[in-house]
Amino acid sequence: MLLNLTKKLKRFHKGGIHPEENKFSAAAPITELPLPKSVTIPITQHIGAPAKVVVERGDTVKVGQIIATHEGFVSSNIHSSVSGKVGKIDKVMDSTGFKKMAINIRVKGDEWEESIDRTPDLIKDISYAPDEIIKKIMEAGVVGMGGAAFPSHVKLSVPPDKKVDHLIINGVECEPYLTADHRIMLEKPHEIMVGTHILMKALGVPKAIIGIEANKWDAIEKLAEVAKDYPGIEVQGLRVQYPQGGEKQLIEALLGREVPSGGLPFDAGCVVHNVGTIYSMYMAVQKNRPLIERVVTVTGKDVKTPSNFSVRIGTPISDLIDAAGGLPENTGKIISGGPMMGKALNELDIPIAKATSGLLLIPDEKAHRQEVYNCVRCGKCVDVCPMGLQPVELSLLSKGKDLEGVKANGIMDCIECGSCSFICPSNRPILDYIRYGKSNLKKAPK
Amino acid sequence: MSTQLLTVSPSPHVSSQLTIPQIMRAVIFAMLPALAISVYNFGLSAIIVTLTAVVSAALFEYVIALYLLKVKPNLMDGSAIITGMLLAFNVPANLPWWIVIIGSAVAVGVGKMSFGGLGNNPFNPALVGRVFMLISFPVQMTNWPVPTFAKVDAVTGATALGALKEGLLLGKTVPEIMPELPSYSDMFFGFQGGSVGEMSALAMIIGLIYMLWRKIITWHIPISNLVAVAIFSGIFYLINPDRFASPIFHLMTGGVLLGAIFMATDYVTSPFTHKGMIIFGVGIGLITVLIRLFGGYPEGVSFAILIMNAFVPIINKYTKPVKFGTKPVKL
Repeated sequence: MLLNLTKKLKRFHKGGIHPEENKFSAAAPITELPLPKSVTIPITQHIGAPAKVVVERGDTVKVGQIIATHEGFVSSNIHSSVSGKVGKIDKVMDSTGFKKMAINIRVKGDEWEESIDRTPDLIKDISYAPDEIIKKIMEAGVVGMGGAAFPSHVKLSVPPDKKVDHLIINGVECEPYLTADHRIMLEKPHEIMVGTHILMKALGVPKAIIGIEANKWDAIEKLAEVAKDYPGIEVQGLRVQYPQGGEKQLIEALLGREVPSGGLPFDAGCVVHNVGTIYSMYMAVQKNRPLIERVVTVTGKDVKTPSNFSVRIGTPISDLIDAAGGLPENTGKIISGGPMMGKALNELDIPIAKATSGLLLIPDEKAHRQEVYNCVRCGKCVDVCPMGLQPVELSLLSKGKDLEGVKANGIMDCIECGSCSFICPSNRPILDYIRYGKSNLKKAPK
Repeated sequence: MSTQLLTVSPSPHVSSQLTIPQIMRAVIFAMLPALAISVYNFGLSAIIVTLTAVVSAALFEYVIALYLLKVKPNLMDGSAIITGMLLAFNVPANLPWWIVIIGSAVAVGVGKMSFGGLGNNPFNPALVGRVFMLISFPVQMTNWPVPTFAKVDAVTGATALGALKEGLLLGKTVPEIMPELPSYSDMFFGFQGGSVGEMSALAMIIGLIYMLWRKIITWHIPISNLVAVAIFSGIFYLINPDRFASPIFHLMTGGVLLGAIFMATDYVTSPFTHKGMIIFGVGIGLITVLIRLFGGYPEGVSFAILIMNAFVPIINKYTKPVKFGTKPVKL
């Protein structure tokens, strides 16, 4: 037994639930999806300002060429994921349910920018200075790939008044069904280690911890084995508990530190990145390869071959579903992401974005909300809230538009993990009300 | 492109399998061992009382919801059935059927529906019904049938608690009274007099274990309640064993177990947080002991629970969970 595996599994200590894991695709290796006929690349795939389009209809682009540049610091570059001809630049439906500006590219051949290193060789030596690393990550358009899509270079730019002593790598993947991160850890362990070293250098921190839940024991073993050659990196197993992948929960689980209410991981001396993002950062810094593809899990109870695909950004979701054996006839709902926090999609040609971690196909009989009963004040939602809030109270105050009340009861601390709605025996839409309260509070004049 | 219609709704897209009807069904299952003991003890009359209470409670709920509250009656949530069963569990098996129906009407009508139905009532409905019957029909409500197996000629007799209180009032000491009462093992297995549901400690504990296993309730209310009864009655027992009965006697007699396991754990009328639940449980235990030892009634569980029900909003106010992110960060 490896030394760091004999240590006790850790976990976060407030609330939490245990939804059925259903990781059907855990054993499916990452396979390259054939090139699509065309891609539709939204210019808003990240939190922050939309990128500015720098190509025109009719332009010929190569794989990895910039097609939209970041506008301001909190924004991200967008690169072409294919080679071909730029088509319509127009608003299309994306996973948010709103129409967003996107660039359509008709695929022709597979011609890459010369600067990109396409060999599979591992490059261990890090020859860049910290500021160069952050610049390369920014140029490559890397954003958080766990779901939030926050531009990664922003998370690496520590304000001068904050002291960071730990880099935390999020390999938790606590959402049921999803296995993209699991497969990346199994198949690209060295790349993750080098990527982690790159970030440690960029941040100037001596220690990094990779947190992985115990339902991915093979990944814990693999990374712990590989980590022996990479000083300063520790692998820590975690007891399975949702939402451990929330960065606040993960920091608390690993270090016992609580990010202050309203604060960022910086305020707890941490920077947190997802393993998928780390892999993209490695590719960006060591291989000059911008974020043009990602691993996407396609899964569901009735999906013929639950799979993990390496997909070019902008590929329509229907291509992935076809590759996984086609759309099951009874499909009632398609979710981008996991069942706890993912978004239900309303069309089959919505493109894969940088933060699309999975496609979950739910049969029609499970696609609808169940009958709602009166609240019986059982307190289960209070019990499971990982932020120590009282969801029942917040939902009632939100329903009554009591802005003072929702604020005083900490509504802005809610991370929208959905544990309250999940556990409610009366099937009450608790989180819906809380979101309503949040948006009313944001809209209200200060 | 496919023309399939997709459902779109906000997350989360999955929910726990434990819903209200399932919880109510599990609670009914948990009460069956106690009911079985009662049927063994009192025969048909236990069944009649229980059925009368359940059917009338369901009927009152249906009628009041439909014609007074003008909402869709929802008997499928099972709460009216539980209220009826608990009401029956709290009365003597030979209680006349018309008193049971009146109790049911008060329990459901006043105790629950007058506040707006399931989830809105501050007091445990079954206990509201029981206390109403106890005050309005004191004779019938304390006229305990003798179990069929008892080798005595009398048709009715006192409960262990009643006999103890009576004996003490006549100036006897506890050690003098104890031999006249059922043994602890009889109390444990249910060979004693009392209300329909409070015969057997064993049956109650089976119900408790089942509900804990199914994660219907947590240990906090029942265990804190029982420990509090043991500790507070134990203190007095240690001070004067002649005047006060032992904690084991107090735990196994009357409605302590029924109350702690099935009545105090009612979601609607108990606190949200574990800390609040413990305060609530200890409060019930303390008040129960005080009424039993120093009050006019031999038994105090119903009153204790109702009194603590009234404190639930204030307990909730002062036992809010600690918010994440309030702990100072130590680097």
